Amino acid sequence: MRWQHHPGRLASIGVPMVWLLLLFLLPFLIVLKISFSEGILAMPPFAPMFEWSREWVLTIRMHLANYRFLFTDALYADAFLYSVRVAAVSTALCLAIGFPMALGIARAAPARRSILLMLVILPFWTSFLLRVYAWIGLLKDDGLINNLLLWLHLIRDPIHMVNTTFSVYVGIVYSYLPFMILPLYANLEKHDPTLLEAAADLGASPWKAFIGITWPQAMPGVIAGAMLVFIPAVGEYVIPTLLGSANQLMIGRVLSDEFFANRDWPVASAVAIVMLLLLLAPILIFQRYNQRELERGA
Amino acid sequence: MNVSGVTTQGSSTAYVQIENVSKRFGDFAAVNNVSLNIERGEIFCLLGASGCGKTTLLRMLAGFETPSSGRLLLDGQDLAAVPPYRRPVNMMFQSYALFPHMSVERNVAFGLEQERVAGSEIRRRVGEILEIVRMTDLLKRKPHQLSGGQRQRVALARALVKRPKLLLLDEPLGALDRKLREHTQFELLNIQKQLGVTFVVVTHDQEEAMTLASRIGVMNLGEIVQVGTPRQIYEFPQTRYVADFIGSVNLFEGSLIEDEPDYVRVGCADLPAPVLIDHGISAPPQAKLWIAVRPEKIAVHREPPSTADNWAQGVVREIAYLGDLSLFLIRLESGREVRVTLANNSRKPEEHFTREMPVFLTWDAASPVVGTG
Repeated sequence: MRWQHHPGRLASIGVPMVWLLLLFLLPFLIVLKISFSEGILAMPPFAPMFEWSREWVLTIRMHLANYRFLFTDALYADAFLYSVRVAAVSTALCLAIGFPMALGIARAAPARRSILLMLVILPFWTSFLLRVYAWIGLLKDDGLINNLLLWLHLIRDPIHMVNTTFSVYVGIVYSYLPFMILPLYANLEKHDPTLLEAAADLGASPWKAFIGITWPQAMPGVIAGAMLVFIPAVGEYVIPTLLGSANQLMIGRVLSDEFFANRDWPVASAVAIVMLLLLLAPILIFQRYNQRELERGA
Repeated sequence: MNVSGVTTQGSSTAYVQIENVSKRFGDFAAVNNVSLNIERGEIFCLLGASGCGKTTLLRMLAGFETPSSGRLLLDGQDLAAVPPYRRPVNMMFQSYALFPHMSVERNVAFGLEQERVAGSEIRRRVGEILEIVRMTDLLKRKPHQLSGGQRQRVALARALVKRPKLLLLDEPLGALDRKLREHTQFELLNIQKQLGVTFVVVTHDQEEAMTLASRIGVMNLGEIVQVGTPRQIYEFPQTRYVADFIGSVNLFEGSLIEDEPDYVRVGCADLPAPVLIDHGISAPPQAKLWIAVRPEKIAVHREPPSTADNWAQGVVREIAYLGDLSLFLIRLESGREVRVTLANNSRKPEEHFTREMPVFLTWDAASPVVGTG
């Protein structure tokens, strides 16, 4: 009713709605449907779910086998757990590195802030794939870092770094750090410096003032940054494929292998659905937290 | 409530000693060689226009700025090496700086938690101080759920709960509206009397300084220009700056006609008659002098006065009726305008003045202040 008088508002809400409906919800439903189908050797490689028999009876066949398979083969559980672990550790590392950086930028002189922020965003100017490839050159056994350490006589034999979990951490932390820094900066920049003076005045050492004043107030930024790193990191495909080991797969790799190598679309779809459900939990926590923050601000 | 159990120094030394303190930012001296003594239990006001260095001086006492030179002593202890979080000094910030993510209770408890006071003791002291500022029923509120006056009281409680030796207040009433200010002023005085804490207040508002302070230090360009009780500052300004800054005043320039130990007579170009002042002055005979006469100390007449001194003649230019007072702008024959205020003692003044009416002004020999600085 109200929208009839505000065609602009209708358009501004309607366009993203249609976009999400067509390009997110619809594909999701298709994937959901495939995940309950039976895999067959055909084109497309799955059995239809809905079938009209000659007597005009609709038969719906839902296979739970794909999901059951995920729980019977340890490969999937391992890949899920490994992905969550890698994403969680990477998020923690991003926070540990990103927080001081964001704080440093937020407390720098205003003129210098924009330069520092530019430097944070600068890597985006080069292709993501290229930057991950470059890390192979840095980390491999006869790569730049090993050669430098050998030349300095700090090590006798090259350290094996590439194709390990370590190199996956390096790749993810390196790639996702800006997504941690930017929301943190946006939050920290708004902090009132007199609050820290007040804390000091009331007897809090700089460290205690940080724990008691800066950290709790930075929480929305911490959560936003953590979500922006954790969620894509769980499903990360490129970095573990290029830098990770072949023995330990992340779920993104498993997903793509199922689709393209095994051509088992139903199992691949089931993997995708379970991954989505897994990521739903942190997203919901984030939503609820945001809601509370909004209510508090109102 | 006792302020603290710390041993008191001999009565000869002041509680707060500011000794030749300067603070320079680059070439600019925000505070320039200030020396000041503040007594225990006093409310001392630093009064001055913005940029006069009063806030910098306060921040040095709090420990947020370090003096470029000079010493700060509190109760005999040199504060130089003491970081802000170890100083027995608390500050009430102009913006109040309440922690937005904490309730009233937690805000007030914060300072005690840093001292590792026992939980039961914290609750007792927080309750006690919130009772004094009358905020006990809003314990669980967050700062954004409070009114300006309530925030001010929480800020005061938070600073006082630590029982500081010295409480610094930066424009304590600046953020309150006029009605609330008057009420809060007296409340602040009551609380100070009750707790006996020494207050140092920074303000640009002379009314605030006048009502709160036991003594005022007027600052200008980083220096203390006069220290005295509110009455001394108002009635006996030592410099032309102080005379002009505090209250409204009519300033004239003149030179000595007669210089006796107990009175002087000064001739002013703007005034038809000499000004007789009932105190002496130590000035060379040819010195340029300033004379200040407060608007409320001038009387307005229709008839010419019978005295030879202390009068002027002019025309009423403007009359502003302010309720309790009426403000007259009177143009002298020399063209100078003089401000005169008359108390509206009765509803129908028998002497009724109108615009453009020729009038005569007189004042006592005790009223004008004369100086050289």
